[in-house]
Amino acid sequence: MKKTTVSWTVLLGVCFVMAMSFPAWGAKTIKIGVIGPMNFVQGKGHWNGAVMAMEKINARGGIQVGNKKMKIKLVKADSNEFLNVMDATNAMELILTRDKVDFIVGGFRSEAVLAMQDIAMDYKKIFIGCGAAHPKLCLRVAGDYKRYKYFFRGTPFNSRYLVKTCFIQMATVGAILKKVLNIPKVKVAIVAEKAMWVDPMIKAAQGFIPKMGMEVVGTWRPSAVATDVTAELSAVQRTGAHMIFTTFSSSVGIPFARQAGELEVPAVQVGINVEAQKDGFWKATQGMGNYVMTLNTYCRDVEANVLTKPFVETYIKRFGEVPTYTADTYAAIVYNLAPAIEQAGTLDADKLIPIMETREYLSPGGTVGYLKDAEGRHLHDLKWGPGYLTSLGVQWQDGKLKGVWPNRWKASKDAPAITYKGIVPYKIPPWVIKKYKK
Amino acid sequence: MILDIIISGLISGSIYALLAIGFSLIFGVARIINIAHTAFYMVASYCIYFGTHKLGLHPIWGMMAAVILVTLFGLICYKLFIDPIREHEAAVLIGTIAMAIAMQEIMLLIFTGDYLSVPSLIGGYLKIFDVKVFYQQVLTFGMALLILAALWALLMKTRLGLAIRSTAEDREVANLMGMNESRVAMITMGISVGLAALTGAVIVPLTTLSPFMWMHPLIMMMAVVVLGGLGSIKGSFVGAYILGFAEAMVVFLAPMGAYLKGSVALSIMILVLLIRPEGLFGVAFEEER
Repeated sequence: MKKTTVSWTVLLGVCFVMAMSFPAWGAKTIKIGVIGPMNFVQGKGHWNGAVMAMEKINARGGIQVGNKKMKIKLVKADSNEFLNVMDATNAMELILTRDKVDFIVGGFRSEAVLAMQDIAMDYKKIFIGCGAAHPKLCLRVAGDYKRYKYFFRGTPFNSRYLVKTCFIQMATVGAILKKVLNIPKVKVAIVAEKAMWVDPMIKAAQGFIPKMGMEVVGTWRPSAVATDVTAELSAVQRTGAHMIFTTFSSSVGIPFARQAGELEVPAVQVGINVEAQKDGFWKATQGMGNYVMTLNTYCRDVEANVLTKPFVETYIKRFGEVPTYTADTYAAIVYNLAPAIEQAGTLDADKLIPIMETREYLSPGGTVGYLKDAEGRHLHDLKWGPGYLTSLGVQWQDGKLKGVWPNRWKASKDAPAITYKGIVPYKIPPWVIKKYKK
Repeated sequence: MILDIIISGLISGSIYALLAIGFSLIFGVARIINIAHTAFYMVASYCIYFGTHKLGLHPIWGMMAAVILVTLFGLICYKLFIDPIREHEAAVLIGTIAMAIAMQEIMLLIFTGDYLSVPSLIGGYLKIFDVKVFYQQVLTFGMALLILAALWALLMKTRLGLAIRSTAEDREVANLMGMNESRVAMITMGISVGLAALTGAVIVPLTTLSPFMWMHPLIMMMAVVVLGGLGSIKGSFVGAYILGFAEAMVVFLAPMGAYLKGSVALSIMILVLLIRPEGLFGVAFEEER
């Protein structure tokens, strides 16, 4: 009798351990981990985009996986990556081991995403990066395909293309300055936060700006979290710069724009200022961020294709603000993961990868396709250019964020001019006009 | 460029001085290393934001309310968390770190990590020898000088100041002479936190609010205090301007390394300490004691 009781107890114990160890057994949901700095706008974007995707997919009954429909369940993971990369790696480890997610979307800082990427690769889980721009993330895929093939870039395109788009936008604004203000040679000050993703962009900018017929008058690298940049602004003013090429993804974008506006620094700001992409920028700069221009993915009233407007308007209705680019977790789930799973009929990452790396599809930001390197190796990096993703140039104009680029943009001499629906003309700040107009 | 460096240095030096003086005061009197000092400055900044943006108060009223509320909050924190462990310096150090992190997390919960700001008390700028300076910066500079003068008057010309100085000189003798040392420490804590809140009030229009905004000033404030000599108010004042000028010089002379301005300032502190381990005014302070 005693022996039977012991046997039953052992059996029950084994069953319990097995049930705890393999919670995915017989699961009817697809678990997607959403990882990002959840207390910050970037993480909120990750989460909101994923929530919209989940609601959309679950409303239609889920994703067809073979002969059964599986609904999506999201698992939120706060990477706290702005403050501590270790927190990000711990969060990644936790969603993979404790929550046993099937896929991961998100990540923001390149430094943190590189570390998180390794963990996701250890567990052979597909990780779609929706925030980090460093090329290394995808160069790793080509360099060691067997290990890194599970990583895909979801947004934004890599910093090489980011800087290329910025140069095009700089050239556009430079031409306007020359024409309106009769400036023979536009002087450019490069102001870039100290962060890993910016390093390749600065080298490119220093080399390419002179080729565009402009002059680089200096480069400043304030801390990404600097709260006072008046010294940098004074130094920029001393150089007589007409244009400031900004590359900010962190909080420094706010004091820079605010103080430059308040001091009426006679130079237009073009480039990347992630804080300026958000609805809260106007209030955060006390309205001093007027005329700041930045690269962006979405803008109210601007349509890159037929999917843009429904996405942006639903997002605004649901969350009360325009989506930032990290909200492209929506596109990563709805237009990338879900169709690939339905096509493969499985959640097996190794079977999904060949489909994901060859598919081309329309998303709210543009057409998504994945690149190969010069040797024909898969990079899982986003294609850029007309017909694919181009991003937008947006400018704060009297309290409203307006799309100003592409406006009759020709990618090459013979290419057709591109203007997205809802684009308005660029405006030069009045104090710049006052300073230079003869 | 020299003018730019002087003006930038004076302004950032004033900001550091405001913070470091309050920190020095409580250390000098009660031997309390209050790591949460800049966290009180952060809380005051959020109070001002809340008062001006959520309650619709005029910035001046918002600032006054913030200074009073944060001072009271500081006194409560002192009574509850610091006073019972005051005799154990290491425990105070760890306790105040915990307090600062708790304040940060509470602010993060309430206001999230979104970057916020409040309007300037006086908008616009003036030109000093062709260098543009915000009126708010001039105000901060003036406030730093005013606060220092007021503090000097308080310490040197009042009975309370006498009590504070004698407690700083020798706690036990002050006690034997009938002074309520514990009360003096509490009042000093109130003045110190009030100074942190006041710093928040004058600086907040120049900065960006985030729950982590207390960290960088803490490092710089500690550097200033160590450089000037622990507990020396005069040392804090001088140290603040040395580091302020060092930062400005880095930005203007090595623009590509502008992000290193904090590191350069800290290196200067280490260099000074190698030559003079007690800090710039450490000996004078000890002699005063």
